[in-house]
Amino acid sequence: MGEKRDSVYMHRFAILTAIATFFLIMAGALVVGNEAGLAVPDWPLSYGTWMPPMEGGVFYEHGHRMVATTVGFLTTVLVLWIWRKEPRSWVKRLGWTALAAVIVQGVLGGITVLYFLPAPVSITHACLAQAFFCIVLSLAVFTSPAWQSVQESHEDSDSPAFRHLCLAASAAVYIQLALGAAVRHRVLGVLAHLLWAGMVTVIMLWMARRASVRWHQLTSVHRLSGAIVILLILQLILGAGSYFIREATKNAVQPQFSTVWITTAHVAIGALLLGFSWVLTLLAYRKLPCSSKIYSMAGTPEKSLV
Amino acid sequence: MIQTKLSWLSVFTLAIALTGCGGGQESAPAGGASTEGAAAPAAAPSAPIDPATAGSVTGKVAFTGQAPANPVIRMDATPACAQANSEPVHADEVLVNGNGTLRNVFVYVKDGLGGRTFPAPAEEVEIDQQGCMYRPHVLGVMVGQKVRIKNADSTNHNVHPMPTNNREWNVSQPPGGEDLIRDFPRAEVMIPVKCNVHPWMKTYVGVSAHPFFAVTGEDGSFELKGLPAGEYTIGIWHEKYGTQEMKVTVEAQKAATADFSITG
Repeated sequence: MGEKRDSVYMHRFAILTAIATFFLIMAGALVVGNEAGLAVPDWPLSYGTWMPPMEGGVFYEHGHRMVATTVGFLTTVLVLWIWRKEPRSWVKRLGWTALAAVIVQGVLGGITVLYFLPAPVSITHACLAQAFFCIVLSLAVFTSPAWQSVQESHEDSDSPAFRHLCLAASAAVYIQLALGAAVRHRVLGVLAHLLWAGMVTVIMLWMARRASVRWHQLTSVHRLSGAIVILLILQLILGAGSYFIREATKNAVQPQFSTVWITTAHVAIGALLLGFSWVLTLLAYRKLPCSSKIYSMAGTPEKSLV
Repeated sequence: MIQTKLSWLSVFTLAIALTGCGGGQESAPAGGASTEGAAAPAAAPSAPIDPATAGSVTGKVAFTGQAPANPVIRMDATPACAQANSEPVHADEVLVNGNGTLRNVFVYVKDGLGGRTFPAPAEEVEIDQQGCMYRPHVLGVMVGQKVRIKNADSTNHNVHPMPTNNREWNVSQPPGGEDLIRDFPRAEVMIPVKCNVHPWMKTYVGVSAHPFFAVTGEDGSFELKGLPAGEYTIGIWHEKYGTQEMKVTVEAQKAATADFSITG
């Protein structure tokens, strides 16, 4: 009974860590939007102190560091909790991976400051943030009571399998977020980001339609795919809005309030889209496993063993 | 089994993040130029120029077309900046003078001096931070010439040059803090300098290997004095309108003319 209660609290704590990570991604987007990445020239301290005057760009950069410290602390507690109480060794390994990721992420953040925002490091920092978000979400899903309860599996005989569609959607969104980071850090023009948005839309709508038509009886899958469609529409509107507002204000003194907030919302919804797709992928693998299937390594259609 | 696969799937995501991302080096933004920031002529060039036979290049930078409106800078995020300015502060990216000329254009001899070398003048060039704006907005210095950077504001600034050929640095300067004294060891037109605490604050430094440069002021004119007779390429740079160049022939004790025109 006590172990069950512990497990529920651990799951809730993992959710809290995921929510904090989402806010951290938003805080990072505000730093880039406000061009405040170098407002604090030193690291790990800020102006040689733990709490500098929170003015101008310092508010965003040091605020980002404070949220990051909180996420680092939450992750450490979560990982130690998992290490002590979690019986599944693969979940423990994922916990240690999360800890390693948050440490690497912190160091990358420091490098961006000390080496004046080198684009490859800044983009890797942005990409790792999204990957870390997915890892923490995974921990939240794997520690949930629903995941650990015995569940009925469903046969998925479609080609491509629903779980593969979900995985492809997650990968497509991740690539899109990486392209977006490259655009924000001025390594790429907007064209690649724009074209890939079309690919993401097609894959996600395909996935959502499959969920609606074939798996509507699985409530969690159905709801998640519905939420993903809403987020996708919102994200496309925000993407177009970011572009047009930036164009409309290009002669104004930057950074413009409107540009900062719409691009931050675009990054935030992008993170949510990735997170929802990733959770749906995990659920699809859980509920629609490949128990009686083998796969061709060359990607040919699945063949039944029986 | 499935759980193990999912665990590895999650780790794989991290691996993709680390290997699949990245990009090229971020290029520094274009730099800028100005009259009041011009350096004093060098004292003793390695190949002496006879002042008795030296000529000059004079000219102006005319502006045609519609001058863009200079928007008001919102400083309310930093109360010290807002309080330091009794009037609204406008962006100084494009300043068109009353006589139809353009201010803050860096003008310099781009080519024609051959292998002559010039020592850096002893005088310092000053950049001040007043009312959360850099003064001047565009300036020129010689390679190795000292630049004194002051902070007259009651708020913290950081000074962050973003060069291409020189070393980048980013140093904070608290109110009442010591002046920063730095130099740039390599010629570069232009080096943008930014305050990341107040992202609207920008100045541009033209670093020249010789003393033949100027920044246009309130009448849009310039004069490059003390040039030996010869063929020169005169270059100009403006923060918004980019670069132009013109070839001129300087005759001994005469002033050659190089009038530029920029269309808005």
